[in-house]
Amino acid sequence: MQGGLERATGEKMVLSFGPQHPATHGTLRIVLELDGESVLKATPHAGYLHTGFEKLGEHLDYNQYIVVTDRMNYLSPLSNNFGYVLAVEQLLDIEVPKRCQYIRILMAELSRLADHLLWLGTAALDLGAFSVFLYSFREREKLYSIFEKTTGARLTTSYTRIGGVLRDLYAGCEEDVREFVNNFPKALKETHTLLTRNRIWMDRTKGVGPISADDAIDYGLTGPCLRAAGVAHDIRKAEPYSSYDEVTFDVPVGTNGDAYDRYLVRMEEMIQSCGIVSQVLDNMPDGPVNVENNKITMPNKSDAYGHIEGLIHHFKVVMDGHGVETPKGEHYCATESPNGELGFYILSDGSGTAYRIRIRPPSLLHFQALPHMLEGGMVSDTVAVLGSLNVIAGELDR
Amino acid sequence: MNEEKEVEEQSKPLVLEKLEEHHADALLAQDEMRGTVVVVVRKEQAYAVLEYLKTDAELAYTFLVDVTAVDNSQMESELMQFDYARFMVVYQLYSYQGQCRLRVKVPVHESDLSIPSVTALWKGANWLERETYDMFGINFEGHPDLRRILMPDDFEGHPLRKDYPLRGRGERERFNFDKQNV
Repeated sequence: MQGGLERATGEKMVLSFGPQHPATHGTLRIVLELDGESVLKATPHAGYLHTGFEKLGEHLDYNQYIVVTDRMNYLSPLSNNFGYVLAVEQLLDIEVPKRCQYIRILMAELSRLADHLLWLGTAALDLGAFSVFLYSFREREKLYSIFEKTTGARLTTSYTRIGGVLRDLYAGCEEDVREFVNNFPKALKETHTLLTRNRIWMDRTKGVGPISADDAIDYGLTGPCLRAAGVAHDIRKAEPYSSYDEVTFDVPVGTNGDAYDRYLVRMEEMIQSCGIVSQVLDNMPDGPVNVENNKITMPNKSDAYGHIEGLIHHFKVVMDGHGVETPKGEHYCATESPNGELGFYILSDGSGTAYRIRIRPPSLLHFQALPHMLEGGMVSDTVAVLGSLNVIAGELDR
Repeated sequence: MNEEKEVEEQSKPLVLEKLEEHHADALLAQDEMRGTVVVVVRKEQAYAVLEYLKTDAELAYTFLVDVTAVDNSQMESELMQFDYARFMVVYQLYSYQGQCRLRVKVPVHESDLSIPSVTALWKGANWLERETYDMFGINFEGHPDLRRILMPDDFEGHPLRKDYPLRGRGERERFNFDKQNV
């Protein structure tokens, strides 16, 4: 690693990596200052996909904003939906029924699997392992079929609602999910045999882009990147939300904080997520999926058509400017999204629209730490390290 | 609000006790909402308080979760509470040791938009402060690289201020791909 710096001759080349480079998976840009193949300095640039989500939050009502959360991390929209409504519900001080909590965990873990699978496929593809891409997309496709049947959409799921979910699980969902989790560990083993002891994969990722535990905390890394550095922290364990305290799972931890450890941590997290999904299916309670408060959730269709009160409730929830109103105050709610700590800080002035919504994205802080991991390494490591961080432009720039 | 204060006094969180002991003059207000302790701190002592929170062995708020700001210009009640300071810079902290969260808020007047940067305490503060500067125009003094981060370098205005319109000030219409602008 240090060899690169010692060879520095004073002549340097500036390489603009991205924003259209295929290995950036979107619109990231890194300006690399190179001496030969060694990276002297890396300057990441953000903002190419800035969409003004936080500004929009000050103009849309609480239920309308769910649609926007889909677009933040477009690899796991269900986790974003979940994190956002949880923040609003905690501000409202309401708790959704047990069945709803379990359904949300189920969907959040399946979307963690889908997110990690896409990461795995593309990170491996960037380093030249094409078959892994095909294997992981084959599995991911099964998950997306389940999402499509449950929510009606593959990407723009908008599945959660303030105080509940869009609809209960479809008939036959349990069988579909069980079939997936029963076969998935075997399918993941195929990837393990392709990569984990693969000489090329190990050479390209082991010791590449390392970060120590102290630095990881200092830089604000969260999720798999933090755990790969050896910090056993998971918000699902530390601050259990939505019945996460009722399932058992392990928190995988790495030692070196390099790209290889981030790979191993994510691989193990997928197995743990499968375990959580099985437990959730085993213990899925019966009952309603929405809170029984018609000022917050939609009434039954029969009530809306059959009773004047139901009609009024329906009108109030749906019409612009009449929706859910939160008490005056502020709340920060963090959830463990596949990439790390996804936080929503909501400041309410007591109306139906947030006064300020701040989204704390994990990717922003991961991308910021990139120079720390890159400088002193080789230019070819850029792709490996960037891939291992899984920076998603949608939540990076919001 | 008053009721909550009474409950608080029965079992005061450690962080409030220690802050009152060491930085009593810096505290403007304290509150607890939905399980998170919130303290409002004078701008002049903000850096010292944050440094204390990070380095104190018992508290150890080593993780700076987030830095952002709020433009209170359309919230009269908040404005009145803190001497008509238009902006509130908000720090979210987390302690891995105590597994608890803390929110530190610092009022900033429009007449003096500067506030000490905490990049010397947390490396992760760099981009978070840049974003706050970009969106609100808060000037973080001592920041090594205070540039816009999400908006283009030649952008005028600060989009998350309440007086900035949702649909912009005609930037979309004026946008062109002249060589000089690229």
